[in-house]
Amino acid sequence: MLTRILVSAVLFALSFLLPLSGVFRLFYFITVYAVVGWDVLWRAARNIAHGQVFDENFLMALATIGAFVLGEFPEAVEVMLFYQIGELFQSYAVGKSRQSITALMDIRPDYANIERDGALEQVDPDEVAVGDIIVIKAGEKIPLDGVIIEGSSSLDTAALTGESLPREVAAGDDVISGCINQSGLLRVRVSKEFGESTVSKILDLVENSSSKKARAENFITKFARYYTPVVVIGAVLLALLPPLLLGGSWNTWIERALIFLVISCPCALVISIPLSFFGGIGGASKAGILVKGSNYLEALSETEIVVFDKTGTLTKGVFQVTAVHPDTLPESRLLELAALAESFSDHPISRSLRQAYGKPIDSSRVSDVEELSGHGVQARVDGLLICAGNGKLMDRTGVQWHDCHLTGTVVHIAVDGCYGGHIVISDTVKPDAAGAIAALKQMGIRQTVMLTGDARAVAEQTAGQLGLDSFHAGLLPADKVARVEELLEQKSAKGKLAFVGDGINDAPVLSRADIGIAMGGLGSDAAIEAADIVLMDDQPSKIASAMRISKKTLRIVKQNIVFSLGVKGLILLLGAVGLASMQAAIFADVGVMILAVLNASRALKTEAA
Amino acid sequence: MKKHFKMVDLDCANCAAKMEAAIKKINGVNDAAVSFMAQKLTVDADDSRFDEIMQEIVRVCKRVEPDCAIKL
Repeated sequence: MLTRILVSAVLFALSFLLPLSGVFRLFYFITVYAVVGWDVLWRAARNIAHGQVFDENFLMALATIGAFVLGEFPEAVEVMLFYQIGELFQSYAVGKSRQSITALMDIRPDYANIERDGALEQVDPDEVAVGDIIVIKAGEKIPLDGVIIEGSSSLDTAALTGESLPREVAAGDDVISGCINQSGLLRVRVSKEFGESTVSKILDLVENSSSKKARAENFITKFARYYTPVVVIGAVLLALLPPLLLGGSWNTWIERALIFLVISCPCALVISIPLSFFGGIGGASKAGILVKGSNYLEALSETEIVVFDKTGTLTKGVFQVTAVHPDTLPESRLLELAALAESFSDHPISRSLRQAYGKPIDSSRVSDVEELSGHGVQARVDGLLICAGNGKLMDRTGVQWHDCHLTGTVVHIAVDGCYGGHIVISDTVKPDAAGAIAALKQMGIRQTVMLTGDARAVAEQTAGQLGLDSFHAGLLPADKVARVEELLEQKSAKGKLAFVGDGINDAPVLSRADIGIAMGGLGSDAAIEAADIVLMDDQPSKIASAMRISKKTLRIVKQNIVFSLGVKGLILLLGAVGLASMQAAIFADVGVMILAVLNASRALKTEAA
Repeated sequence: MKKHFKMVDLDCANCAAKMEAAIKKINGVNDAAVSFMAQKLTVDADDSRFDEIMQEIVRVCKRVEPDCAIKL
């Protein structure tokens, strides 16, 4: 195709230099025309035979043959030449777009190293069953979801989450397919077969995301259906009426009608709108945001209210020591005594104390451990009698204690009957949560609301910390749905409400909201199923990124619609009154399409994460 | 039953739109979407007559764009 275009372009250019006249001139141009446009004529003829008359091939054929009949040989060749250039460019742009999405989605693993009878066998990931042991060497892609039984390493999750920071994993951790094992050898027990693995689900999701069309796409499709017939009828009227009724010259009016025909193809619109959305969804996946449909991307740009779940969404969902308030002892000593005293317990509180302490537990220093359920723990550490527990324990041992002004679970420590101080353990907010809320507000989100089943005091503190507009605490799942319904009443007709949750118990709310956003949780199935948009790395700040991408995409779509329709309309008007030439018509068709497609490909470019 | 099919040589966005409209009109088809960008056809149609409906869809597509084929 490219050679044909180049050859005919050269020949066309030559036509200005060669002394051509008469029949020779006609044949020269017919030849150039045939070189560049024979397939258009062929397709037009074939489609008419199939009953498809009004397609772009027919319109172009008609316009150019008409130009030949009127004696405008160069114009005819020009139109066909530029039309073919436009088609080539269009194929190229679409091809590149498709390619880049495929490259983005190059997370599909090709093989798995399965352990069989003590030896490693390379097999297709499809052939691995749940419970099989696979080995992933350094540098390889993790082929299936599973649990590490041996080894530790750092994983590159960029392909799934867009995160450049590697994730440290060790024995006992879950790993998901698609990540790249960077440093160490890992032995993993497979937990899901390939078809159910995260990689397969994500690929499925992105591939099918362009089937859910946005309003703008449907509008364009409908519009295109009417546009072409209307313009063609207009062309016919333009060719027939003025000469018949007003006595104008046939030549002039037929030429103007031909100009109409050239602009009658809605290609620019029909191609650039889906391309923009495709680019937007692709750009979002690069950032680790999976959007399940163009309609959700569109809806996201119209969001007015964002409702958050608390635990697991805005907070880490994991309990950690957040404050150590000793009365007299140094902080580290209080923590050390508490951690050692609780070292024999498996309670989450004990675990967080040990984790905060950080140093290896020398259990020889601990003796006479007694667990008092509902109260706490009593033990001898370095010979000292330590009591660690709640206020009730302190009362029981007769120690004067005072509460903490901070909210959370408080562990009071008594050392040999004297109050040592207390340690506060609570769920921590995600480091980017506050920034995420601020970013959303900056983007014009009218209301940010938090819903939680947690106690009011904790909710209040979190809401204040993050700068949320309002919150509701102590809610049961059914209450959450009711609140969302209330909020839905408050938004404007065109506005949308988005709910952000971690999926597992938020399914009813996710479906009630206009847009359900779930924390992908590096593998939370329920989230990926229930939500419309999945944040692969659980970071709330990605919500703002997703909104930015959606607004940018919609901007590009609107720009393309206005530009394409505007230019076409203008040239149609000018053409009708004779102020526009064939060349202008070609620009209104091919030029507009090329510009629209170039603009659409901007949607693929994501901001730096 | 909802099924996805890959399409080959779907080059014209307008054709994709025409195909989608025509497929939706077929008796027994509840919903259909043709994605030009992903070259995918998604059909939601009666379980009992699914194969018959697919044959009709292939016919319709060939009429709109003869070069394009559906991978069944």
